[in-house]
Amino acid sequence: MWEAITGPWPWYTTGPLLGLMVPFLMLAGNKHFGVSSSLRHVCAAVFKPKAEYFRYDWKKSGWNLALVAGTIVGGVLAVLAFGADTSPQLSEGAHALFASWGMEEATALQPAEVFAVGADNWLRPLVFLALGGFLVGFGARYAGGCTSGHAIMGTALLNPGSYVAAIAFLVGGFAVSNLIIPALIAL
Amino acid sequence: MALLKYFLIGIYFGIVLVKGEVVSWFRIQEMFHLQSAYMYLVIASAVVVGMIFVFAAKAFKLRSLDGQNLDFKGKPFNKVGNTAGGVIFGFGWALAGACPGPMYALLGAGYWAIAVGLVFAFLGALTYGYLKPRLPH
Repeated sequence: MWEAITGPWPWYTTGPLLGLMVPFLMLAGNKHFGVSSSLRHVCAAVFKPKAEYFRYDWKKSGWNLALVAGTIVGGVLAVLAFGADTSPQLSEGAHALFASWGMEEATALQPAEVFAVGADNWLRPLVFLALGGFLVGFGARYAGGCTSGHAIMGTALLNPGSYVAAIAFLVGGFAVSNLIIPALIAL
Repeated sequence: MALLKYFLIGIYFGIVLVKGEVVSWFRIQEMFHLQSAYMYLVIASAVVVGMIFVFAAKAFKLRSLDGQNLDFKGKPFNKVGNTAGGVIFGFGWALAGACPGPMYALLGAGYWAIAVGLVFAFLGALTYGYLKPRLPH
């Protein structure tokens, strides 16, 4: 039993467990699953910006900040207690793809090329993570939600705008992953 | 103490994200290059579980543990916002290999470099907040 938990998870474990976030939050306190609104709350709380978008009582959204604080701790536990930080169970095609990009064989969840910042490897991580992070934050707030709020919660509610957003997420992702990253990974 | 339950649900979320490899940059590129069905099946089955719950909760008129009638109202449909914002989000999702939930989880998993992504995600949200009155939605 324990080995099934600490070993790699098949999709039919990961997906349904992720989907349970919807009932957990609705039953816990009538909350809709969503993560990217925390970006707004943190900005409102820390920077106290003058823009109208940030003038609201962020303290009422404390539940959302508690959720993302827990998510950080969950990341710690996944590695310490559940043996999570191993190379992902990628397909043969994916291995070939990353080799064709000149990347080293995966030995952990994340590629050293993007995540191991050092004196001889800083430009690529900066471009991928800073630019990527900015677009994620800007786009999620412009779209009114992210993968959790639109692609899981909104679709479960059969909300039309969430289906549009989820498809747009994929369109943007396909474009950059196929057209931009092959050139950018060589930085 | 009222927030403790959400903190615990967050811990669960973080474990599932990291253990399920949803946080992996490799997995995200693999998905966008159609090299594996894993991420699609994960997202689809998560949606199905959510849908079944919503359907059952409506049918049985479930209430939250603190006695509230459940809210089933989705977010407003903004044609330009959902589309343009969504595509921009997709650009970032592919580059960083992580959406907001995984960014928090990766911080816990010890991938410190993601702090850069997270700080810039805050800056992205901040920029949106200032530009919102001028953007079409």
